[in-house]
Amino acid sequence: MRFIFKTTYEQDIRLVKHGGQAFWYGLLGLALAAAPLLPEYYLSQLTFVCIYALVGVGLMLLTGYTGQISLGHAAFLAVGAYTEAVLQAKGVPFGVSLLAAGALAGLAGIVIGLPALRLTGIYLAIATIAFGFSVQEVLTRWESVTRGNSGITVKSISVGWFQFDAEWKLYYLTLGMLLISILAILNLLRAPTGRAFVAIRDSEISAQSMGIHLARTKTTAFALSAALTGIAGALYAHKLVFISPEQFGILLSIELAMMIFIGGIGSLHGAVYGAVFLIALPQLIAVMKDHLPAAIGHQTGLEPTVFGLIMVLVILFEPLGIYGRWLKVRYYLETFPLYKKDSFRRQKTFMKSERLR
Amino acid sequence: MIQFLQLVVSGIAVGCVLALIALGFTLIYKATETVNFAQGDLMMLGGFAAYTAIVLFGLPFWLGAIVTLAAMALFGAGLDRVVLRRVLGQPQFAVVMMTVGIGFMLRGLASMVPGWGTETYTIKTPYSGEVLRAGGLALSAEYLMVIVMTVLLCSALYAFFRFTRVGVAMQAASQNQLAAYYMGIPVARVNTLVWALSAAVAGFAALLLAPITFVHTNMGFIGLKAFPAAVIGGFGSVPGAIAGGLAIGVVEALAGFYLPEGFKDIAAYIVVLVVLMVRPHGLFGGAGRKKV
Repeated sequence: MRFIFKTTYEQDIRLVKHGGQAFWYGLLGLALAAAPLLPEYYLSQLTFVCIYALVGVGLMLLTGYTGQISLGHAAFLAVGAYTEAVLQAKGVPFGVSLLAAGALAGLAGIVIGLPALRLTGIYLAIATIAFGFSVQEVLTRWESVTRGNSGITVKSISVGWFQFDAEWKLYYLTLGMLLISILAILNLLRAPTGRAFVAIRDSEISAQSMGIHLARTKTTAFALSAALTGIAGALYAHKLVFISPEQFGILLSIELAMMIFIGGIGSLHGAVYGAVFLIALPQLIAVMKDHLPAAIGHQTGLEPTVFGLIMVLVILFEPLGIYGRWLKVRYYLETFPLYKKDSFRRQKTFMKSERLR
Repeated sequence: MIQFLQLVVSGIAVGCVLALIALGFTLIYKATETVNFAQGDLMMLGGFAAYTAIVLFGLPFWLGAIVTLAAMALFGAGLDRVVLRRVLGQPQFAVVMMTVGIGFMLRGLASMVPGWGTETYTIKTPYSGEVLRAGGLALSAEYLMVIVMTVLLCSALYAFFRFTRVGVAMQAASQNQLAAYYMGIPVARVNTLVWALSAAVAGFAALLLAPITFVHTNMGFIGLKAFPAAVIGGFGSVPGAIAGGLAIGVVEALAGFYLPEGFKDIAAYIVVLVVLMVRPHGLFGGAGRKKV
């Protein structure tokens, strides 16, 4: 077990807490940098993981840290993807269109964030669902720009003379974006704004009493989360090559929310684990299919069933998701012979009404 | 004018179905303060239960209906005992995500059951095919049945929550679980009862809806339209769920006729956004704020 002897206050907010962390994250970084050695198919899946993780980071900032529920994040993804596709077709350089995608999605986030100031819990969830449906419908009907249901084909990215035409180039781009945004969010979370987010999540009333401007902070959270998702959407458009409105439906929004729950709510690790899970699950099922009896293995309903089952099991047995399980495993290893079974016992809780808050 | 009335009447009939599903949301929310995203999928299960009882086993319609309701009530109670009782008192959104997971599972499993699959089925009722006419207005017996049954069920439920001991106990358990325990209310058992009741209501909605639309593994998606209905009325209010369902049904019917194509599908969501802007807790919901 590692005990960190703190000698300065700066140690509390340092991003890398000790040498062990630096070593392991360095190793992970090397492994990720070496990923293009993998076969093309796996590399392509890794790119998807990076994009989903980017969405996960955005959604985690909103749901995991600020405590605002969103079941409409696919809409922000769509806004980003379509902005990128339309601007690229008009010949706008990639850097500008990427920023525009983020900015426009961020604006959409503010639009949905404004009513959210008065809405809590389930009312907010329904407002975001309604927003998601409306955006999808607009994309379908606004045919002069989005070409409706026939969709848009997106060309590969080019910056000046440099073409992102090979899989490994796109992979490095998405990985870079993911790393930058994770670092930015980590930085934000140790600053007053990030602390205010967490305070709002834990209790709006006490946050307000401590002088936090609820409206401004919540809107900031919505805008940031939506902007990150919009940037992810722009990359998603390039990765998919072809985008159409029905790809950004309510099911995607729900899957994104499930993703961060399974990964582990309230930690950025969770967002990344969740993305890995979301991409890996269909692959695992495809592998398992050959070993299952044909009556089960060849059912189309298998994937949603397993997905739903894992969601239920996570909430039942591991409320902090994959990351929470990892923390427990690590604690077990660190304290090896002395592990106490009750270290992580859940206390009996009673439901408090959320109608009064 | 007669066309307008006709639209309103058919809107009301559709609204009643939405209201019935919204009622299922409301019941569970009222008692356990859980938002049950699997409500639409419970209804789908009810539809398949009715299909199994009436078509596959060949029971008479009314007997089949009773069997369906009983089976759904048992299923709801079982769901609570096996899964939801364990998360009693956990953060609300965690439980919501869990019901989403349950919905995914129900949908997947229903498509795997032999004899159900991903096909569409219809159920014939004794009153199918009859049409009622009154002064130029036409209403098929199925729709009339929906309206009548909704009114009956809602008054029964309203009276239940208002005047019976169990109903009041359910409300107490929802408002303050710990205090309800102190008052001697068996909260866990009350919750099981609520889940049974709500699943039975879902089965009821399925029985009314099945003759109008088809029984299909994706029929639960209508729950996504019933959800705004529950919200418009203010979650947790029985008359609110009815008002919300009717409002959405009528607006949808009118939007489908008078507004350009595309508005029909999102009319429900536009209505809910507008209502939430004006009244953040729905039309009938009480906006409470904790005193510090």
